[in-house]
Amino acid sequence: MKKILFLVLILSGLLVQTQAQTQKYFTRDGKIQFTASTPVEKIDATSKGTTAVIDASTGAIEFAVLVKGFLFERSLMQEHFNENYMESDKFPKATFKGQIQNATSVKWVKDGDYPVKVKGTLTIHGVSREVATDAKISIKGGKILATTKFDVAVADYNIKIPSVVADKVARIVTISVEAGLTELKK
Amino acid sequence: MKTPLFAFLALIAYLFVSNPLGAQDDDLLALLGEEKTTNYITASFKTNRVINGHSLENTHAGVLDFKIGHRFGMLNQGVYDLFGLDNATIRLGLDYGITNRLQIGIGRSTYQKMLDGYAKFRILRQSTGDVNMPVSLTAVAGMYVNTLKWANPDRENYFSSRMSYAWQLILGRKINDWITVQLTPTLIHRNLVATLAEDNDVYALGIGIRQRLSRRVTLNAEYTYVLPDQILSRYQNAVSVGLDIETGGHVFQLHLTNATAMTEPGFITETTGDWMDGGIHFGFNISRVFTIVKPKI
Repeated sequence: MKKILFLVLILSGLLVQTQAQTQKYFTRDGKIQFTASTPVEKIDATSKGTTAVIDASTGAIEFAVLVKGFLFERSLMQEHFNENYMESDKFPKATFKGQIQNATSVKWVKDGDYPVKVKGTLTIHGVSREVATDAKISIKGGKILATTKFDVAVADYNIKIPSVVADKVARIVTISVEAGLTELKK
Repeated sequence: MKTPLFAFLALIAYLFVSNPLGAQDDDLLALLGEEKTTNYITASFKTNRVINGHSLENTHAGVLDFKIGHRFGMLNQGVYDLFGLDNATIRLGLDYGITNRLQIGIGRSTYQKMLDGYAKFRILRQSTGDVNMPVSLTAVAGMYVNTLKWANPDRENYFSSRMSYAWQLILGRKINDWITVQLTPTLIHRNLVATLAEDNDVYALGIGIRQRLSRRVTLNAEYTYVLPDQILSRYQNAVSVGLDIETGGHVFQLHLTNATAMTEPGFITETTGDWMDGGIHFGFNISRVFTIVKPKI
């Protein structure tokens, strides 16, 4: 009887372990949009090639996006974004590496919307800064939708806006993230 | 006694085996493996011309580029003509990107009242990463119609005599963020030439360089070497130097050049200005782009 109990415990331990290992979710086509529009100029861009991984067991979270993957309505603007502002040949990726502060409040296997707080390091244009934002994790049928919206100051990332276009480019850029993640199977 | 010990062992085993927090990954993205991406090199030049000649760059898909090319007279015209500022020749042009590789364009010049049309196709795109391509290669084919009144209307004149053609390959590389170099082997064909001493087919080799001075200003230079004994000795090789100044939607190109014409047969085979003699035009090109077809995002 005791031996059976022991065995059950060991087995359940193994089970929990396997579950913990597979509790990672990922995407390669997350959407990131940003807007630096001003009343005189519409400056919007979208990337649909964001990679992201969330480790549900720890709440660790990582995002990476190729700067050249941002598409603009006006291709010249896109060229200038890469060439003059982001220097994307030098700094090809923007990344975020952080932690869901209240990861335990998210029931990863249960459908629902979970507001979370995310904190971590945002690296843009080679400059890393600590950021914190509110985000939402929506779970439906084993799929995870992570969304957030936050503002960054262009100057914080050493991106210079020249005086000739000072009226046209916003100094505060709003970034929205919408990433649908699925379970990462190794 | 036996039971608690056994239970304790079981608990230890349980914790040891499960330990969900033990296996923290430092680099989660590494789990996905390295993605294969190709980084295409862009912005080798500020616009699709170096100065007179084509650059490596194409007008992007769905974009219309309106060009105003303007050359004042020559500096050696002296103070009476305000060093050439009293005179001007222009070319008005439209360039359109059908795809990111294929561009077409038309233009009309004061010089020989010339109409021109061309197609430009990017064969190779310089890139790094998954596809590693050290150079860009572009082909340009142009045709040109001289619409001046016939110099000698009494003789039998053929429309074909007005035509000339140019074929170019542009091979170049953006060496780094600051310097781009390109070579342009060129064949010009003139259907009619003025004298027997001139060849109908003229071979030339162009070289173009751009050196960036700041994010928005580049220094450009362009030289076209015409292989010997093809054109009259009074014609010079075209040499041009200038600045590209980009202000967002516009590119202003300010330059000094000994070429009067802004089309290939003109500036390659018919340049008369001599740099040593002050035969230099001050000139500018203005490029303004309009997005006609918005890309799907």
